[in-house]
Amino acid sequence: MDLYEHQARDIFEEYGITVPRAEVTDSPEGARVIARRLGGSVVVKAQVRTGGRGKAGGVALAADPAAAERTARRILGMDIKGHTVGTVMLAQPVAIAREFYVSYVLDRAAGRFLAIASAEGGMEIEEVAARRPEAVARIPVDPAEGVTSATAARIARAAGLPPQTVDTLVRLWQVLIREDALLVEVNPLVLTEQGRIVALDGKVTLDDNARFRQARWGADDPAVPDDPLEAAAAAKGLNYVRLDGEVGVIGNGAGLVMSTLDVVAGCGARPADFLDIGGGASARTMADALSVVLADPAVKSVLVNVFGGITACDAVADGIVRALDTVRLTRPLVVRLDGNNAARGRAVLDAHAHPLVRQATTMDGAARAAAHLAHAS
Amino acid sequence: MAIHLTKESKVLVQGVTGSEGMKHTRRMLEAGTDVVGGVNPRKAGRTVVFDVSRSPGSLPGTPRTVPVYGSVAEGMAATGADVSVVFVPPAFARAAVVEAADAGIGLVVVITEGIPVHDTVAFTTYARARGTRIIGPNCPGLISPGHSVAGIIPADITGPGRIGLVSKSGTLTYQLMYELRDTGFSTCVGIGGDPVVGTSHIDCLAAFQDDPDTDLVVLIGEIGGDAEERAAAYIRDHVTKPVVGYIAGFTAPEGRTMGHAGAIVSGSSGTARAKKRALEAASVKVGNTPTETARLVLAALEGAGRRHS
Repeated sequence: MDLYEHQARDIFEEYGITVPRAEVTDSPEGARVIARRLGGSVVVKAQVRTGGRGKAGGVALAADPAAAERTARRILGMDIKGHTVGTVMLAQPVAIAREFYVSYVLDRAAGRFLAIASAEGGMEIEEVAARRPEAVARIPVDPAEGVTSATAARIARAAGLPPQTVDTLVRLWQVLIREDALLVEVNPLVLTEQGRIVALDGKVTLDDNARFRQARWGADDPAVPDDPLEAAAAAKGLNYVRLDGEVGVIGNGAGLVMSTLDVVAGCGARPADFLDIGGGASARTMADALSVVLADPAVKSVLVNVFGGITACDAVADGIVRALDTVRLTRPLVVRLDGNNAARGRAVLDAHAHPLVRQATTMDGAARAAAHLAHAS
Repeated sequence: MAIHLTKESKVLVQGVTGSEGMKHTRRMLEAGTDVVGGVNPRKAGRTVVFDVSRSPGSLPGTPRTVPVYGSVAEGMAATGADVSVVFVPPAFARAAVVEAADAGIGLVVVITEGIPVHDTVAFTTYARARGTRIIGPNCPGLISPGHSVAGIIPADITGPGRIGLVSKSGTLTYQLMYELRDTGFSTCVGIGGDPVVGTSHIDCLAAFQDDPDTDLVVLIGEIGGDAEERAAAYIRDHVTKPVVGYIAGFTAPEGRTMGHAGAIVSGSSGTARAKKRALEAASVKVGNTPTETARLVLAALEGAGRRHS
């Protein structure tokens, strides 16, 4: 899960990293009050979980509280790469002498974390790496040792950062480990004209799998999706991603469902969602899955693609039949069952003989039928 | 022969007394796996009895008794086990793998889904330093059909043959095994869908290249990371056996996790298109659907057969 900048800022502050004084609001009037509290002149920053805010006009300097209110009014509600700005952070401006880049990222291939640092901060690190690869230092971190002062000094030296950054590099590593983060990025990390090191902007991605041991994933859970259907699916424990097509897709196993979306697209239709019911799905899971997919008004047909490995297809078929008792099927449903107990599963559906349910014997055939039905309606 | 798992493999199950551990230990026994024991420190000295009446050749109601040991080391000393399959919950997985590596076991198959990445980084690094191979986590394990199963891959989809398979996805593995059920497999390895896994596509390609009983390798990948691109480079330089590929996730939107924790396109990296292109540049035929992939496999086997005759 990606945190908002202001959440990352607050965590940095807890770990003793210097950050600008800042507050968050969702109203222009609030922005005026905060600006006054912070001394008048503030930077107004859109809080969205995506990059490129500056280019989109989501970051602006306001000279006084009245300007802060005007700027906040302009930025709130703005669309940045499909994200609507719901809150702005107002921060005290900092007199910047130099800008750096530092991050800890997961190196999937090496199976460990990598420190990336550059003395050329403030712009996209990918651009720096493409233009001047020698300006970007990449230092692997030994998982058993972590980032000690000695490691941090090595990172700073390799990237040409001043020695004052060592303390911040160590603290950022502590954020990564103790918060179970997959990414901690500061861009820019600045040296102020007063000679202090300040984390001016931060990005933190937390590991969803560590939820069970992290208090931060508490009541005020920022992981609740913005999309109402995704929120409803998450509440039912379903693995659902809403897309913008017309063929609803339900299947078992992440790989098979992804593959099903591709096969639907290959038939000239667009998948409306990704929904993985997982292994050993119950009738209840199937009913929940169908109700979520059918709640999307864009869905014109639904494709259920199950390969019974551990899952028994007759149990899936029972699930579909029972689901049809509780969910009113209003659009055609194509079912493909293969593998464990497939013959019995198909017989269950045949016996039920719902007029809107049809079966296909192959994955490709099922996708073709669902695509055709979506276009025919 | 097969890779990493043979008829002779002696398997311990860590977390044998949990519901998943019980269910899949029974299935492994039915598939002919030599499950020599379970591990649970709180139930050491007890035994678990499994009804394996579905297994071929056994009489109805035939029970199999599996002893429970207090530690992996104890289980290895008593049985000579060389493989451990881990079913313990995410919070305890790191300790379980470290214990197995400390005991010096050769292979640990981690089925558990939902392990924090920092734990996986720690235990894969730890195990590697001790010469223990990790498969997974968040994987279905591996099967050498007709010989042994370590994990949860169903044994009744297909039988032994001469195709090797390596995949990030469990159900896509089953789908391809089913599509190629008349041909059969030497070994199928599900390496797992997490961002960090102990055994890579490349590790399996190297093993299949050296396995005299494997003629062709099916490589299944999905969005996220660059494991498939790396595998492509490895194939180009080191693999002489034919490889047929399949990649899932062409329609996945950027920045969304698609079921598997590691299945995410970040910016322009980790896309299915880039992976397919990289494989094709290494002369790997890549199917657009699982069914087409199976057809490409059959065509390649036929071509190889003609060249040899």
